[in-house]
Amino acid sequence: MVKNSFIFVLLLGFVFLFFNLFADFSGNTELNGLAGHYAESAHKEVGAANLVTAVIVTYRGLDTLGEVTILFLSAAIVSFLLKIETASTENRKLRATSEILDTASKILVPVIFIFGIYVFINGHLTPGGGFQGGAIIASGLVLILLAKPLRQISQRLISIIESISGLSFVLLGVAGILFAAGFLDNKILSLGKFGTIFSAGAIPVIYIFVGLKVGAELSSIIANLQENQKEA
Amino acid sequence: MEKISLEIVTLITGIILLLIGIWGLLTQKNLIKMVIGFALFDTGIHIIMVSIGYVKNRTAPILDQAVKTNEAAEKIVDPVPQALVLTAIVIGLGITALMLAYVLKMYQKKKSLEINHYNELKW
Repeated sequence: MVKNSFIFVLLLGFVFLFFNLFADFSGNTELNGLAGHYAESAHKEVGAANLVTAVIVTYRGLDTLGEVTILFLSAAIVSFLLKIETASTENRKLRATSEILDTASKILVPVIFIFGIYVFINGHLTPGGGFQGGAIIASGLVLILLAKPLRQISQRLISIIESISGLSFVLLGVAGILFAAGFLDNKILSLGKFGTIFSAGAIPVIYIFVGLKVGAELSSIIANLQENQKEA
Repeated sequence: MEKISLEIVTLITGIILLLIGIWGLLTQKNLIKMVIGFALFDTGIHIIMVSIGYVKNRTAPILDQAVKTNEAAEKIVDPVPQALVLTAIVIGLGITALMLAYVLKMYQKKKSLEINHYNELKW
């Protein structure tokens, strides 16, 4: 009883905290200084039509590198925790996958992969980008595993893709220091014509590597969880 | 009747989700349900951040035929919270996967998902 009232008081405290935020909040009517600067000069400085991409890959590129590192770290810890200690000989008893799911996965998985690649290649023009595209690719992998739960996913291939794309991301950043204004500057390639696919300098290249890396990391998390299920 | 604006609706939604998440974290005994509570808490914060970056009657921060480059500053919402939320979603996903991996490991050890059965660190 004491514990319940304590929880109630804590929740009430949070309500009070957020009520203050809510009561003072009236909605913005114009951009603040930083956002205004991005809106006015991002198309000249960066050349990306999608301003969120411009902020993520160029203005805040170092943060994105840190974010990818955190994701890598959590994928690494998951695979460390769930590594299979004993090679289990007995498999789970599974119902056979239905014909519909099996056929649909064969047709849909390539389409999902192509859509994921489309999303991260067009990240500087349309809503989307490396993280979203990577997540779409990983969702295709989930569909494969739903259709064939005992299928082995090659961890080796995943780790090769992951390391190469991570290394390329950092090397492109260092190339920014050598050939342009600073780390992860996208002007190492020409900015091109605004609004076309070959524009915004190095942003599409960086986003392709981010997409591959995120896709590989999420796939490795999924594959680890799936492999561990067999054992339990 | 006065119309309720979009940012107020999303802000209230975010706060409600966040409170449900905290309630779930504090009251649920099942480890998986606690992870779900954490995920709801996370989502609530994301919705609050996006709704704070919203600017009345404006569109997404993508420059195309609808938003010309010279009038972008008058037509788009704030791109910075959206970029921040994109980052936060990915990190939240990593944390959730990590927590689920811990839960799986704990379950393999004791064959139980009840938090009350794990009292080694209780004081």
